[in-house]
Parts: sequence; structure tokens; C-alpha cells
Amino acid sequence: MAEKAGAIKKISLVCSKGSLDGIYPSLIMANGARMEGIEVSIFFTFFGMDAVTKKKMNKIKIATVGNPGMGMPTWLGAIPGMSAMATSMMMKTMDKLDIPPIPEFIEMIHDSGGKLYACKATVDMFGLTEDDFCPQVEKILTVGEFYDLSAGAEIIFT
Amino acid sequence: MAEKEIAGKTVQVNEEGYLTNPSEWNREIAKEIAKEEGIGELTDGHWKVIEFLQKDYEEKGTMPSLRRVTKAGGVPTKELYALYPGGPLKKSSKIAGLPKPASCV
Repeated sequence: MAEKAGAIKKISLVCSKGSLDGIYPSLIMANGARMEGIEVSIFFTFFGMDAVTKKKMNKIKIATVGNPGMGMPTWLGAIPGMSAMATSMMMKTMDKLDIPPIPEFIEMIHDSGGKLYACKATVDMFGLTEDDFCPQVEKILTVGEFYDLSAGAEIIFT
Repeated sequence: MAEKEIAGKTVQVNEEGYLTNPSEWNREIAKEIAKEEGIGELTDGHWKVIEFLQKDYEEKGTMPSLRRVTKAGGVPTKELYALYPGGPLKKSSKIAGLPKPASCV
């Protein structure tokens, strides 16, 4: 098939926000890119790193406080269990749409050839080591190394 | 919509080359589209994916997601990408004579 002029061949995503609604956009865009044959790297930084941190990746919830998109008053969102309930409702809907939970999604992107990296500055700041990350994480990178391996890529910040 | 001759048979295709009438599909057509898509010779592994897509589409009336092909079809993600590099679901659907998948995952 003839290729479109200017077709995107490579992207680098920066996943900087924790919480479900912070992480999913990066993962959906990364997986979608692989499905189109686009080369993909994801650079996880700050709380976005929760997505690939062993202790946290299974417990990521949607923020019900300070999240205007939820359309939920702050006092209501702050009730204990509210965040867990909203998360479980959303996960059910996502499962119907075949959007996997975060750990499975990470594995899927890794198996599809997407490369996952953790940010050195955040790793140092949080006092983490390579052992804190799921095995799908390729490497801990400095910002400079990230730019270097993003040569020729579109960089997308989420 | 256009007509195209594939493997000696005239079939209806859309502007992206997907067959618009699945009943016009046959295995020879699949082999020809696979060559055009740069997939080369179709092995048993390729056919397993094609047959799952066709069966699932017939039963559900919609195209499965890639995740469904791995879970219900039993072909792991890694293998799917190895069999159909450069777009596993898009390319296998085209070869299977089915519509282009419209899901994001």
C-alpha cells in the first residue's frame, strides 16, 4: 500500500501523571501506535512511573478529588471508598471495551515491541532501584538519553 | 468503492483495498493480499489468525480487538506481531477479507 507523505513512523510518549486517568491515555496511544506499525517508546516520569512500579501498578485508581472532569463535588469525592468505587466501575466498562488493566496493558505493549523506560531523576528522587520496576521496563534513562533515543520521533507529553 | 482483480477473481473493494463483500473471499485471494501487504507466504500460524477473525466476525458481527484475538483466539501478542509485522490486526483483517477494525485497542 502506498504510504502517505509525512506518515508518523516513530513516537516517544512521556507519561508524567499518576492515577488511572493520567496513565491510560499514554498506554492507549502507545498500543494504538504499535498496531499501526509505528515504533514506540514510553518514558515514565514522576507519578506516571506508578504504571511500571511493581508495588503500585496493581493499585492505580481514578482521582475523585480535584478532578473537575468527574463532575463530582469535592466533598463527595473525598468520602472513603469513593475513589475505589469509581475505579471499579470504570474498569468494568473498560474490560467490556477490551481495554486491559494496567499490568496487562504494560505487558501487551512490551510484547508488541514497545519500549518502556523509567526517568532517572524521578528514580533518584523517590529512592528507587531497577528492582522496583516490572520486568518489562527496559532501562532507567536520563533525559539526555531519552532525547537521544527519540531521534526522528514525535514526542508526545501526557 | 471499486472493483479489483485479485487472484483471477473480480471482487469489490473499498478505497483502502478491504473487501466489501466477505462472501467474495477465498484462500487464493488471501494469499495474493498477503503478498501485497508484505506478509509473504501464509503459514499455519497466519491461517489460525485469519480463521479466528472470520469465525468471530460471523458470530459477533463486529471485528474483534487485538486483545480478543490473543485471549479468545489463543495467539499471544508477540506471535501476532511476528506473523503480521507492521499492523497485526489491520493486515490480518484485510487478508481475511473482513472490514478494517474500528477499535482503538
